[in-house]
Amino acid sequence: MSGNAVIAEAAIAAGCRFYAGYPITPSSEIAAVMAEELPKVGGVFIQMEDEIASMGAIIGASLGGMKALTATSGPGFSLKQENLGFACMAEVPCVVVNVMRGGPSTGLPTLPAQGDVMQARWGTHGDHPIIALYPADLTEMYWQTVRAFNLAEKYRTPVILLSDELLGHMSERVEIPDASELTIIDRRKPDVAPDQYLPYDVKTELVPPMANFFEGYRYHVTGLTHDETGFPTEDPDLAEAQLRRLMLKVSANADDIMEWEEDGLADAEVAIFAYGAAARSARAAIAELRAAGIKVGLFRPITIWPFPEAALVKAVSHAKALFVVEMNMGQMIREVERGIRDVPIVGIHKVSGQPIDPEEIVLTVREFLEGKVTLPQKAVYQMSV
Amino acid sequence: MVAPGHRLCTGCGAGVIIRQMLMSTDYPIVVSNATGCVEVCTSVYPYTAWRVPWIHNGFENAAATISGVEAAYKSMKRRGDLPARKNDKPIKFIALGGDGGTYDIGLQSLSGALERGHDFLYICYDNGAYMNTGIQRSSASPFGANTTTSPAGVMIQGKQEERKDLTAIAAAHNIPYVATASPGYYMDFTRKVSKALEAKGPAFINVLSVCPLGWKSEPEESQVLARLGVETCFWPLFEIENGKFRLTFRPNVKKPVVEYLKRQGRFGHLFKAGNEHMLAHIQQRVDEEWGRLLEREKK
Repeated sequence: MSGNAVIAEAAIAAGCRFYAGYPITPSSEIAAVMAEELPKVGGVFIQMEDEIASMGAIIGASLGGMKALTATSGPGFSLKQENLGFACMAEVPCVVVNVMRGGPSTGLPTLPAQGDVMQARWGTHGDHPIIALYPADLTEMYWQTVRAFNLAEKYRTPVILLSDELLGHMSERVEIPDASELTIIDRRKPDVAPDQYLPYDVKTELVPPMANFFEGYRYHVTGLTHDETGFPTEDPDLAEAQLRRLMLKVSANADDIMEWEEDGLADAEVAIFAYGAAARSARAAIAELRAAGIKVGLFRPITIWPFPEAALVKAVSHAKALFVVEMNMGQMIREVERGIRDVPIVGIHKVSGQPIDPEEIVLTVREFLEGKVTLPQKAVYQMSV
Repeated sequence: MVAPGHRLCTGCGAGVIIRQMLMSTDYPIVVSNATGCVEVCTSVYPYTAWRVPWIHNGFENAAATISGVEAAYKSMKRRGDLPARKNDKPIKFIALGGDGGTYDIGLQSLSGALERGHDFLYICYDNGAYMNTGIQRSSASPFGANTTTSPAGVMIQGKQEERKDLTAIAAAHNIPYVATASPGYYMDFTRKVSKALEAKGPAFINVLSVCPLGWKSEPEESQVLARLGVETCFWPLFEIENGKFRLTFRPNVKKPVVEYLKRQGRFGHLFKAGNEHMLAHIQQRVDEEWGRLLEREKK
């Protein structure tokens, strides 16, 4: 099974019954599988005229009460940003898949990259909360797709599921869990009468219940800054309170949202930070280095945003060096640097459209241990390997 | 002006279209190209098939990009900022897009450019789906076509919606020149391109583009299909010049549309028992549209 097919299957298992999308390599197979499978379970597949419309449609479907998905890649992810911000502001749960390819612009449509991790955080304008997940194998892809829907429903916010061309188009053995093993979370509905419903209540809880359309609750949905009823306001206190609550939905629940993997870090003299497809290269490199007697461990964020900074600091602070391996010019390395103060950081970055060869990691680690990589006081960026 | 060795598929209609398009004129041409098969296959690093200046921007903005080039050219010309050239003919501008980049995502920028009145020609090569990304339906896909996002199976028998009438939308902008064409009738097509480039203001030509990959047709039959599309009146040839409508081809004998459909695997399911009504529906739509065009010409 390909990574893209796994996302489609898992989305349906998570209760997704609405897909709106627009063809774009390397994500199109998600749409193709959804077009085949959704009608069989009473769902709706719509191919829209562009990515802007696709994002608009899933917001509409979610307000209507359906779990909704769209999938795209770089250029399409750029087009989705305006509506993504709307979904954050209007608190509309939905899942957006970005199967990353080389950028900027049309870039390398058929080749993998990890250049959109910062766009996933800050692609739309203004302060906004965001959750982004990025698995590294296809069984995990299944679980994280389900979790993406659960987090979207639980926190009433869009969730970005990151993948890359490598994961999207590769095939490997996937363990598909039985439906009974899955926890499925649905949005909490209001338990008050329609005339007492406050869709954006700031006082009582971080995530107010969400009334679906067609269920008798009438409320105002807008991208304008609004008060607890949903109607626009420019009242400074209300504006500040709403935005603070939006951000707190994610930051105050970060422990529930963040997942990461630590492998072999306890005795590691060298730590590697990697995620997504690059983590697969890192794993192979670690196996080779360990076989040669060099103690190397992996820290792999599965939740990219919010960033599991405290866990990273705790896990790698005893290491002699931290290697950050990513298929971009150095994006998450800055985030790593914000937390790590006392461990030298070495970046291994590649933007050629080719996956990182484990040998390239092995070589850099060996050169470092042999003293060939001279570190300035803080960090060095090795922009190509 | 299109070099051999591009990577378009054997039997691709778009390759023939761009060659005929550039053969039609002696003017220096600048082409802007939307994302799509032609863009990908004519510009594989480190080569280009284009012997004219060529710009690829995004999927949705070929018309917007050429708007900028044309406006800059006009402005520089007015100010006397243009360097002297050997060929003193004015430069002409062509924007090129497939049906995805024109009917769907690029419709907004096309409409804007037509309305603002830029002096350029937009050519849409319409192969009726997103062939480049894996044969997804577009709003140009004909009724009944099997695509990966309108799959013929148990639930539906291919695309359930009718094709968008993009040529009529372009004409509704009341621009000087609008036409349909097919590379199967190349004299007609090249004449239309020259005419469109002479028009003062925007022009639009919608061209039938055979796609053996997506249509599941035989590559050696591409020109046959490009002609059959016209001869069955599935793709009638006409032009609207300053509001005056004229059919540029009338078949002596109008062939049944199944002659066109049966050579394409994407319509294969329509020939299964139980789907006769879909074939009848397509024929009926073709007849109605052809009838309307005949009436329109009389006016």
